[in-house]
Amino acid sequence: MSAPTPLVLLESVAMVFGQGETAVRALSDVTLAVGPGEVVGLRGPSGSGKSTLLNIIACIQEPSAGRLSLDGQTVWEGRYRVADLRRLRRERIGFIFQFHNLLPFLNARDNVALAMTLAGMGLEAARGRAMALLGELQVDRRALAMPARLSGGEAQRVAIARALANDPHIILADEPTAALDSERARVVMDLLRRVARERSSAVLVVTHDEKIFDRFDRMVSLRDGRIEADQRAGA
Amino acid sequence: MNLALADIRHGLGRFLLTCLGVGLLMGVALSMVGIYQGLVREALALTRSLDAGLWVVEAGTRGPFAEASRIPGDVREMVARLPGVAAAGSLTLRTAEADGPTGRLRVQVVGYEPGRPGGPALLTQGRGLGSARFEAVADARTGLTLGATLMFGTDRYRVVGLTRGMVASGGDPVVFVGLRDSQRMQFRLAPAAARRAEAAGAPPAGTDTVNAIVAQLYPGADAAALTEAVRRWKHLTALSGPEQEDLLTRSVVQRARIQLGMFTVVLLFVSGVIIALIIYTMTMDKRREIATLKLIGAPDSTIAGLVLQQAMLLGGLGYAAAVALVFSVRDHFPRAVELGVAEISVMAGVIAAICLLASLLSIRTALRVDAQQALGG
Ligand SMILES: Nc1ncnc2c1ncn2[C@@H]1O[C@H](COP(=O)(O)OP(=O)(O)OP(=O)(O)O)[C@@H](O)[C@H]1O
Ligand SMILES: [Mg+2]
Repeated sequence: MSAPTPLVLLESVAMVFGQGETAVRALSDVTLAVGPGEVVGLRGPSGSGKSTLLNIIACIQEPSAGRLSLDGQTVWEGRYRVADLRRLRRERIGFIFQFHNLLPFLNARDNVALAMTLAGMGLEAARGRAMALLGELQVDRRALAMPARLSGGEAQRVAIARALANDPHIILADEPTAALDSERARVVMDLLRRVARERSSAVLVVTHDEKIFDRFDRMVSLRDGRIEADQRAGA
Repeated sequence: MNLALADIRHGLGRFLLTCLGVGLLMGVALSMVGIYQGLVREALALTRSLDAGLWVVEAGTRGPFAEASRIPGDVREMVARLPGVAAAGSLTLRTAEADGPTGRLRVQVVGYEPGRPGGPALLTQGRGLGSARFEAVADARTGLTLGATLMFGTDRYRVVGLTRGMVASGGDPVVFVGLRDSQRMQFRLAPAAARRAEAAGAPPAGTDTVNAIVAQLYPGADAAALTEAVRRWKHLTALSGPEQEDLLTRSVVQRARIQLGMFTVVLLFVSGVIIALIIYTMTMDKRREIATLKLIGAPDSTIAGLVLQQAMLLGGLGYAAAVALVFSVRDHFPRAVELGVAEISVMAGVIAAICLLASLLSIRTALRVDAQQALGG
């Protein structure tokens, strides 16, 4: 079986924050490929470089060395090779942040709809789809609430709906289930798995949450910025 | 969905307060424009209302407003006989203090011959001067009403008519009296020294001296040729109507105009800086939201639009508040605050330009916000 082109490909990526004596090596020589339909877990102790890795894939942070390819296209090698990074982020990447980052002045539904209107969808259609997504995540009841009035778990699920809004090929999630009880955590993971299967998306999830470890196809472990283990489920 | 409006709605009270503050500032700037315009209009009010095609004054002077001018009263007949002149009237001008029903008034007394050019063009109440003596037509700014008495020295004048907006270049309201009354006043009110000189044999200052002759011309009359003709006469010179107006604006009110104009420019500059700072602060307060917008892939135009629309809305609402404010207080100003559609639209344009410029700095900063700023907790 020939492996399909990976959606996410990191080759010998390194990341150093700062310079000289205070330099912090957040990632060293990380090589990782995530194929379509794959749901990959990323674990490791605090400070091991998990968030940094996701930020590099999302083109939010520039790596110090190596190569990043998305969808078979070289995105970073020495410098960014894509002219419109924000368009890439808007159309191809769904990012669920460690802290939810909803816009405080839009209600839950419009926070989700905004992502779609930015990609060119009409407002009514966007709102309709936003409601459907919120329904799948069981937060449609709170659709018209402002973010400040949402609980941590509700806000996190709204952010997940926003990340999925534009059917991205690459879904990156930084501890998406940390604020959820085990049942809701499973709902979220099942939705991510379904999206991965149905749309052949690559899903990369940072987690400490042992309750959901069985939901991953693969588990990558980071330690001190290096990949320590990369195991397939059931292997 | 409009992000600028959504964000404003989210913090509506604060935004409206900011608009009010900006409005007060713009109100001051707008008042200055009105005061400037009012000054110019008032300086020319008397000349414009007299609407003379020709001013004949003492040779070597640029009277009667810019410089003192004294000419014999019989010049009027010579001027009236000039070809092209429809009518001519003698005019005296002096500032005087008078006692009205409510106290002392400082007024500009204009003496003219009823029936000849030189009188008030438009009465808002009452009638013009008749042949009776000691009658006066006063401007509403004096606070006098019809039938009120006005004391010039020991002479008692009765107000028979009222005008509006007739003031001297210094802002003193105009009181029209008959020429003979005004000449008597000139004589009676002359300083004691003049009276002593007269007693010592000098020719009487009062009797038939006037300050200027104003002439109305037939349509198509050649004002330039007439001025030339008068200048050839001994002891006399002439100015055309436009020349007189030009002279007034240049010499009499020029300094005040420049003063006010410069102050208005300074105020607009200060307003611009303050508006820029407010917009900048508003943008800085939204750094995290802007970073989030970048994270979800919003293009620069969305972010620039957010800042620009809020700046324009701030300017627009502030300006509306400023206009409302100025119009509600402008009648309480001692001198005219003149604001027409033209001034208000031009100011609106200036404010829009200021807001646009002010938001450029903020847009630049907003576009430089690092998407990573949204990642912290
Ligand atoms: N902007 C930065 N400047 C300097 N050092 C940084 C920066 N961001 C991260 N680091 C450092 O890089 C290392 C990896 O950080 P990272 O946030 O990727 O860890 P993490 O695995 O996500 O940890 P956690 O589980 O606590 O979220 C840490 O030592 C951190 O201090
Ligand atoms: Mg992290």
